[in-house]
Amino acid sequence: MLPEEIKSLVGQVFSTSIFEVEKESIRRFADAVGDMNPLYRDAEYAGKSRYGSIIAPPGFISSVWFWESPSEKGTEAPGTESPGLFGLIDALARAGYRSTLDSGIDYEFFQPVRAGDTIKSTSVIKDIKERKSEDGNMVFLVTDTTYTNQNGDKVATTRWMTIHR
Amino acid sequence: MAEQLFWKEIEVDMEIPPLSKIATTRTLVEWAGASGDFNPVHYDMPFAEASGLDGPIVQGALKRQWLVQFITGWMGDEGTLKKFSCKYRALDYPRNMKTMTEPEDGETWLCKGKVKKKYESDGESLVECAVWVENGKGEVTTEGKAIVALP
Repeated sequence: MLPEEIKSLVGQVFSTSIFEVEKESIRRFADAVGDMNPLYRDAEYAGKSRYGSIIAPPGFISSVWFWESPSEKGTEAPGTESPGLFGLIDALARAGYRSTLDSGIDYEFFQPVRAGDTIKSTSVIKDIKERKSEDGNMVFLVTDTTYTNQNGDKVATTRWMTIHR
Repeated sequence: MAEQLFWKEIEVDMEIPPLSKIATTRTLVEWAGASGDFNPVHYDMPFAEASGLDGPIVQGALKRQWLVQFITGWMGDEGTLKKFSCKYRALDYPRNMKTMTEPEDGETWLCKGKVKKKYESDGESLVECAVWVENGKGEVTTEGKAIVALP
């Protein structure tokens, strides 16, 4: 049985982060993918494009999720209003679910993310389901995140599915 | 950069030119650092084994981003990715490194896709595509859907 500290998170904002999008972190991200699109790395090329400056690849922003500031990395007591991603993962580990597998993501994009933007993410637990079987128990977690930029414009939303065993 | 794709050129069932990718143990670490996902299942052998795996596995999110590269490269600079979703269907194991920079022989993945629908909505010219990642055996290990707006 999932402890109350986890079940009570459904519908709650459990993680927020603020991230400055730097040109270099965009380039490193694109390098790791092997995506040589000049919109992500060539200021002159990107400057002449319809974006007018270097942009981040769609998908870059979902990583913001992992970059919670240290004060938010589960230092608050479990069950408080905002345990953060790492607080939740710790709580799942205490409940016997030690490994996390990414199972998929849905995105909707509204605005480009530009180098120099400050992106704020707000994550809500949409659903937590525990499934018991002879092969071992699993928890299915659905997390909805909204990303806004420094102008208050919504740039993207994501729905992230993870499995915990 | 790639030539611009136009909505009028699109036909349903049209194939998107495949993109081949490889992932090495080094790629996995590079992606961990760039994405901020430090799940040890992607770089720590004993941890991966304790999780019931044969070794560190390729991050689902990296395969997702391969598909994003695949679709955004195809749509061109004037195209806009409106929606994208994917599910990770099977595990993929990276190649090991032979030298600091050179990978061992091994798995090569292909990003593939096909146009499913061509339509207009709210004044936008849209295309819906099925996209997927195949391993060397032709098995689909990641599959998804992309909706792009084209000029």
